[in-house]
Parts: sequence; structure tokens; C-alpha cells
Amino acid sequence: MVENRPWLNAFAHGVLIVGVIVVAFPVYVTFIASTLTLEQTLQVPMQLLPGDQLLQNYAQVLGAGSHKGSKAAVSQMLLNSLVMALAIPIGKIAISILSSFAIVYFRFPLRMFFFWMIFVTLMLPVEVRIIPTFQVVASLGMLNTYAGLTIPLIASATATFLFRQFFLTVPGELVEAARIDGAGPMRFFWDVLMPLSKTSIAALFVIQFIYGWNQYLWPLLITTDESMYTTVIGIKRMIVGSDSANEWNLIMATAILAMLPPAVVVLAMQKWFVKGLVDTEK
Amino acid sequence: MEKQVVFRSAWLPYALVAPQVAITIIFFFWPAAQAVWYSFQLQDAFGLKTQFVGLQNFATLFEDSNYLESFKVTAVFSALVGFFGIAISLLLATMADRVVRGAMAYKTLLIWPYAVAPAIAGVLWAFLFAPSIGIVTYVLKGMGVDWNWIIKGDQAMLLVVIAAVWNQISYNFLFFLAGLQSIPRSLIEAASIDGASPTRRFWTIVFPLLSPTTFFLLVVNTVYAFFSTFGIIDTTTQGGPSQATQILVYKVYHDGVKASDLGGSSAQSVILMIIVIALTVVQFRYVERKVQY
Amino acid sequence: MNRRFIQLTAAALTTLAATWPAQAQTEIQWWHSMGGALGEALNGLADKFNASQKDYKVVATYKGQYPESMTAAIAAFRAGNAPHLLQVFEVGTATMMAAKGAIVPVATVMANANEPFDPHAYLPTVVGYYTDLKGNMLSFPFNSSTVMFYINKDAFKKAGLDPNKAPKTWKEVLAAAEKLKASGQECVYTTSWPSWMHIENFSAWHNVPIGTKQNGMGGLDTVFTINSPLHVRHIAMLGDMAKKGLFTYAGRTNQGDAKFSSGECAMFTGSAGAQAGIKKAAKFDWSINFIPYHDDVKGAPQNSIIGGASVWVMGGKKPEEYKGVAKFMAFLSRPEIQMEWHTTTGYVPITQASYELTRKSGYYDKNPGADMPVKQLTNKPPTENSKGLRFGNFVQGRTVIEEELEAVFAGKKDAKTALDDAVRRGNEILRQFEAANK
Repeated sequence: MVENRPWLNAFAHGVLIVGVIVVAFPVYVTFIASTLTLEQTLQVPMQLLPGDQLLQNYAQVLGAGSHKGSKAAVSQMLLNSLVMALAIPIGKIAISILSSFAIVYFRFPLRMFFFWMIFVTLMLPVEVRIIPTFQVVASLGMLNTYAGLTIPLIASATATFLFRQFFLTVPGELVEAARIDGAGPMRFFWDVLMPLSKTSIAALFVIQFIYGWNQYLWPLLITTDESMYTTVIGIKRMIVGSDSANEWNLIMATAILAMLPPAVVVLAMQKWFVKGLVDTEK
Repeated sequence: MEKQVVFRSAWLPYALVAPQVAITIIFFFWPAAQAVWYSFQLQDAFGLKTQFVGLQNFATLFEDSNYLESFKVTAVFSALVGFFGIAISLLLATMADRVVRGAMAYKTLLIWPYAVAPAIAGVLWAFLFAPSIGIVTYVLKGMGVDWNWIIKGDQAMLLVVIAAVWNQISYNFLFFLAGLQSIPRSLIEAASIDGASPTRRFWTIVFPLLSPTTFFLLVVNTVYAFFSTFGIIDTTTQGGPSQATQILVYKVYHDGVKASDLGGSSAQSVILMIIVIALTVVQFRYVERKVQY
Repeated sequence: MNRRFIQLTAAALTTLAATWPAQAQTEIQWWHSMGGALGEALNGLADKFNASQKDYKVVATYKGQYPESMTAAIAAFRAGNAPHLLQVFEVGTATMMAAKGAIVPVATVMANANEPFDPHAYLPTVVGYYTDLKGNMLSFPFNSSTVMFYINKDAFKKAGLDPNKAPKTWKEVLAAAEKLKASGQECVYTTSWPSWMHIENFSAWHNVPIGTKQNGMGGLDTVFTINSPLHVRHIAMLGDMAKKGLFTYAGRTNQGDAKFSSGECAMFTGSAGAQAGIKKAAKFDWSINFIPYHDDVKGAPQNSIIGGASVWVMGGKKPEEYKGVAKFMAFLSRPEIQMEWHTTTGYVPITQASYELTRKSGYYDKNPGADMPVKQLTNKPPTENSKGLRFGNFVQGRTVIEEELEAVFAGKKDAKTALDDAVRRGNEILRQFEAANK
């Protein structure tokens, strides 16, 4: 702010407050709906103050899903989502940091070839290879398994690029020093590089946690077993009819449960989240 | 890309890249190659009879008015999502950059929608706009608007655009905020000393300096609108009514999974691949160089 | 040996004996798409069968809705581990039929297993959909329903109409609609499954073809005929009703059900299977009736056709397993089992015997209207226009029809253009199927 213009400040606050309200409104309504009975959600207009069914609704969906739609327990779904949200970042970070290390710190035939091979995967989001990837996974017997949900999603170029970018900024003297000390490449990796990479790893972890938790198309394709549903998919399966036939109170309770972990991660690890977003787009 | 100090080993680098390369080959290249292969075939659903038909599937697609319609829908959808997503976020970021008090709070309160999965964003907004019971529908009806997105294609498009823009606000906001905060204060101060009003300063200095960020976000939002919005469409309109929201990626899914049309779906996948490659090339060659943080 | 040792050994052996696995049973995998209450009823059938004998165990798994389940089954087949039984919706019949290596006709399964099987025991309209032209049953008509016309009797009373005289012709429907609208009813008529009701069943009910070659049963080179003057007239009527607020479009699937059972809409055409949900949710008096017809069309009303799904037997399994499949199908055809399924779910009974048994039990006296679906299906002996349909890739075909209908209901296209477009686009899909399955 360069000069003090009170009306502009007020305007700015006004816009921001409206923005925050608009952004929060859908979630607020969702939360309210998750505390009502089904009849109350079907009332037009729906009340905007919390009801008294919070415990009942959440207990219901966590234990036994909905009545008319999918009966899968949301607690199981939360577990499945958690598995995806943890396995994918951990897997991604592990294999990407290793391949970045190899590409940056070694000279070997095919080095550039592997680099470009990994780069090309940026151009192949799962949406453009849906059916064949599904068939590959099916023929490997990985449908309805945690392996099938996570492994195909852990090879990514963005993580590799992030680490490569970062490694290029590590001063050469550190490597020299390690060499002089007689340390081999892996010692260098564990003792020097990894500690330095901590913030990048944390940033990437946050972004990938959200990515893994919010996956939709891939779990939709490869899980038909109710016990393997993720929370995001479970919601879809609860929506069975037109707007008045759905059990909106239960659907909304599930939606809140689905939104909570990633939101907590974003808010609690905000600094890393922002860094992760910004860094992965470099 | 070259580092002066390197290690030498005959086998270690291969071992290090092996996991990623293996997964990339099995789950990326092999299926992509199959998609290309299938796009040249005409098959029955079970794969019992296959015939090689060259580019015929592609020809059929381009003669199919549905498919061309899907292109148009996708273009309109991504244009709307890009324009409104960027405009609204830019406004919010500019305002957030301006206020001193509460800046952190506003920032926190505006970035958490990123955590919401597009599929859930769709469900939330579909609930608000539900033709019979939605709260927003109620308000609209009170204003005399006949809201029924199940039958009115334009309204269905509006619904998914709103959900998509809402979902993307945080991302755009963060980048604009970072971009704004990297503009040297000296420039702004100099202009203000010259007597330029805040609005003048914005349009003549700030906005041009933000253009790399804007361009970058345009590309990212386009990719987002093309692919990540699948969840929104699937949980709300499923491409309807009457194809009004049938974006390309949804059509690939529908034809492949619901209609078991492997050849047509694969051909569409190949076309989408070409589009993504073009967008990625644009992103890397023209945008990455100039964006500042 | 000391006593303690003997005691422990005895205990161990007893435990072992108690938990020793029962004699290995042949498992029969059944993939289905019945969720909620229907799924429970289905599981009940499987449990009953399993309890009735020791050699075979039917394992029923819910695999998502019909399209997803079919995709999964196709992928499983390509990977070599398809289920034994697959529930496929009626529009997938042509696709399944053409997959000669992937499926085994039910008639063949029963014959090979020496299970007594009399095709004539089954109701012709029900079975005709799933039989080839030579009379061999290809798949087992597990859950079949037809489309019925429901009215809200309380709303009728309020509008000054006789609640016990449901409109029989479309003229009467229009007259009732005007009166209902005038009495303050906001939604007067809605429908579920628009294509099934207003194109497919409409054609059968008026004894006009949906496509050439006996609605596709006679050959892959069929073409659609749903843009005839009668079809155009009917859809134009619906478009007109929509404009006047006398018809509220609800969506492509069963979204109309809730609109009726909530009391929002006073008249409704939907599946007979919707009865179960309506019974539970409706807080008003209602009745189930024959669907309306145009009384100036010769031959109307003919008979309606079924919708729903059938169970297909997948290929590549062992003979022992097929024996189990045959036994299960025989079990499912038993009159008492059919009666239980029919009365719990609202789906129609598939054999003459089960229909008779249900009638004798007094069920139809206690539940007036529950026999309407069968009555409508057997209104007249089926003609070549009303046995059913068999179009390739009809999932896509139906989507095309639904899209064009939506354009009419939204006022974007007139009926003739829309139906002509539907025929043109639909035929493209049929030619694709024909080429891929030559």
C-alpha cells in the first residue's frame, strides 16, 4: 500500500470478505445439511442453522453408509482414502528423488533418454489413457487392490523435476567435500542431500497428499468392490436418484468427512503447501 | 543441467532410475501405445473379433457431429473457467495485496478450497442449485428465474463452470498474490508520486507485469478444465442435458466404459493426447521462461 | 504320558475337528448390479440356494451399476477371470449375444447339464426378449419389469377428477392434466426412463416397429424407424405439454420416481419396480394402471415390452461349474422362488406357474394392481413389433434418443427434426456394431 486511501481499504476489505463468504458458503450449507434429518434437508428453503442430527448422521455413515444408496461404511472408505493419500506421496517422493539423484549426479549412457522418458509422462495424464491402463491393471490382477489404486499413480514427472531443480542449486563444493572424505554416492545422498531436501520433500508431500486423497477417475475405474471405495467415490455411489430421492443429509456428512483431512493438511501446513504449489510449477 | 562434480558408477544410476522407469513403462507407455493401437482397430466389446481399419475411427469421429459438439463444449467450458477463474482471483489477490491488517487470515481463508476434490465441489454446488430443493434455486425462483439445469443445457454449463471456478480460485489466487508481491515497490511508488491513481497504476504497471503469471495460469486452467473437471461432470450432469456439458474427457470415459466402444474411445484418447502435448509444449517453451516468483 | 498332555491333545483335536473346513464346494461367481433393498433380496435368493444343497455355492457380488459391471466383466474376460454369471441390462443383449465365444446360451447350459427345462413354461413376452429366433433361450430373464402408469388419487380428487378412473388414452391424460394444473398442482406429469417409455414401449404398445428386421432381432442390418408420423406426433405432443407446463422432464433414468412418490407430480410413468419405493415413501393414495395409448391407432393397445436385466452365463468355465449354474437356474425358476422374488421386488414373475401360484395365494387380491404389469405384458399375444428389441450398442443408441428427446422438451428442436436426427445418429451406431461383429 503506497498511500492511505480509506475508502479503497474499505473496498478491499469488502471484496475480500465477500470472497471469503462466497468461498465458504457451499461448505457451510453442506455442514448444516449434515446435521439435519432427511426431511429437513428436503424442506425448501433449507434452514441455515445447524440441526441436532450431527452425531446420528456421522455415526450412520461411518458405520453403515446410506440407506438407499451404497451401504458401504464410510469409515472403511476413509481408511482407503488414507492409504492412497499416504502411499502415493511416499512412493512418488521415494522413486523421484532417487531418479533425480541419478540424473543430476551421474553420467551414464541413456541418461538423457530416461530424463525425456520421464518428461513425456507429463503429457499423458490418466484421462488420456483410461481404458488401456484399466486393462493393464486388470490383466495384472490389480483391480480392487491397494496396489492397483496407488502404483500406477506414483510415477510422475513433476516430483522428479522438483528435485532436479533443487539439486541443481546445491553447491558443488558439498559433493567435493564428500568425495574428499571418501564417501560414496549413497552416503552423500543420505547424509548431505536428504537433509537439505527436507523442505522440498515436505512441500511435495502436502501437495501429493491432497492429490492422492482427492483422486476420482482412477478409483472410479478400478474399484467395484464396496470395501475398496475411497471417500470421494463413496459419495458418488450414494447419489442414486434425482434431487429429492437422495439422502442429502448423509451424503453431506460424507462430503464433510471427505473434505476434512486435506483441508486440515492445507491449513496446518500452509507454508509447505504454498511452497509445494509454487515449486512444482517451475 | 550439467553439473561439474559427478559420481561415476557402472550400475548404481540404473538401479536408482529403475523403479520410476519401470512404472512409467508399464503404466504410461504401454497403455498409451495400446490406446494408439486400439484407435486403429474396430472391435466388438469382448475383443473376440478385431479388424484393422487404419484411420477410419478418426474419420468417423470428425464426421460425428457429437464429437465436434464435444470440442465446442470443451472450448467454451475452459474459456469460461479460465476467464472467470482468473478475473475473480486477480481481484481477490489485488485486494489481499493491498490490505495490511488481516492479510494472513484472508489468505488462509481463501486457499483451503484447493483441498476439496473437484468431484465433491460438484456435489456441493449441485446441492445448492438442485432444481427442487436447492437453496440458491429457491432464491432464483424468488427472483423469477426458472432454474432447472436438468433440462436447460445453458444452466447446466453454468453450474459446472461455477463449481470449477470455485475449486480453482485458491490456486490462481496464490500465484497472483506471489506475482503481485514480487513487483518492486519502487515502481509503484514512483508512479504514485507522479500522481497516478491506484486504478491507473494497476492497469498500466501491475497488470502488464503480471502478464506472464496470467498467461501461465491461463494454460494451467485450460489443462485443469480439460481433465481435472471430470469429477465435477460425473457427479452432477454426466454430460447432459443433451450433451450440453459433454467435455472431451467425459466422452472418452462414457464411450469406453459405458458404451464399450474401445476403438472410438481410443481414437478420442489419441486426439486428447495430441492436445495435451501441444499445451505442455506451449507451457514449457513460452511460459516457464518468463514467469517470475 | 501325563494327564495334562492328554487333555491338551484332546482339546486340540476337538478344536481341529470343529474347524476343519467343510467339503470343498464348487463356487459360482455371480456379478450383479442390484443395490439397496433389491440387493438384499438377491442375496436372500443366493443364500436360500446355498442352504438347499451342499455341492455348489453361489457368491453374489455387487459390481456397481449395469454399465460399470459390464465393463469390469469384459475386462475380466479379457484377463481370463470372468465370473460365471453376469447380470446384464436389457440394452446390452445384442452385445452379449454377438459375443459368441464369451457367453454360453442358457438353453445349452441346461441341456448339457441334463436339467429339465421347458421353454414353454415361461411367459412369452418376458422370454421373447432374450430368445433367439429359433426359440433358444440365450439368457435368464432374472429381473424384468415393464413401464406402468401411476396416478396420485388424492391429487385427482382435489382436481375434481374421479380417482378410480385413471386416464386410459392420451386425450384423457391431457384433459386430466389441464384440470390438475388448474387445481394448483405444479407438476402434473413426469416420466422415468424417457426413451424406454415414450419410444420403445410406445412403439410396442401401438404395434409399430422401433426398427426394421423385427426390431433388430432378425439381423444386424436393421435401421431405426422411430421417426414415423405417429412417433413424431407423440413426441410433438410431449414437447407441447412441456411448454405448457403439463410435462416436467426429470432426467434420463429413474429420477421421475422420487418426484411422484414425494407428491410433487400427480401422474407418472415408470417401472413396475418403482412400486416398492412408492409404497414406502408415498403419503397419499395412488394406483397403478396400464400406460395410455392413442385410441385412433389401429391395433393399440397391443402389449408392452420388458425392461430390466437378465443373467448371462459366461464362457470358458469347467463342466462341473456349469452343472451348478444349471441347478441354480432351475432353482430360480421354481414357482415358490419366483413368487417370493416377484412379491418382494415388484419385478414380474417369469413362468406361468409362478404367476398362477401368486394368484392362488391371494396376493393380488390383497395388493390390487400388483398383477397389472403381467397383465399389460400379456395384453395380447406379441407381434413382431412387440417382442422386444435387439439393437447393437444400444447403450449409445438410447443415449442418442434421450439427447434428442431432451432437445424437444427444452424447446430447442421440433419433434420431426429431433427424431430424424435420432434415426440418423442411431443408424450410424448400428452400422458400427454391424461392422465390428460381422
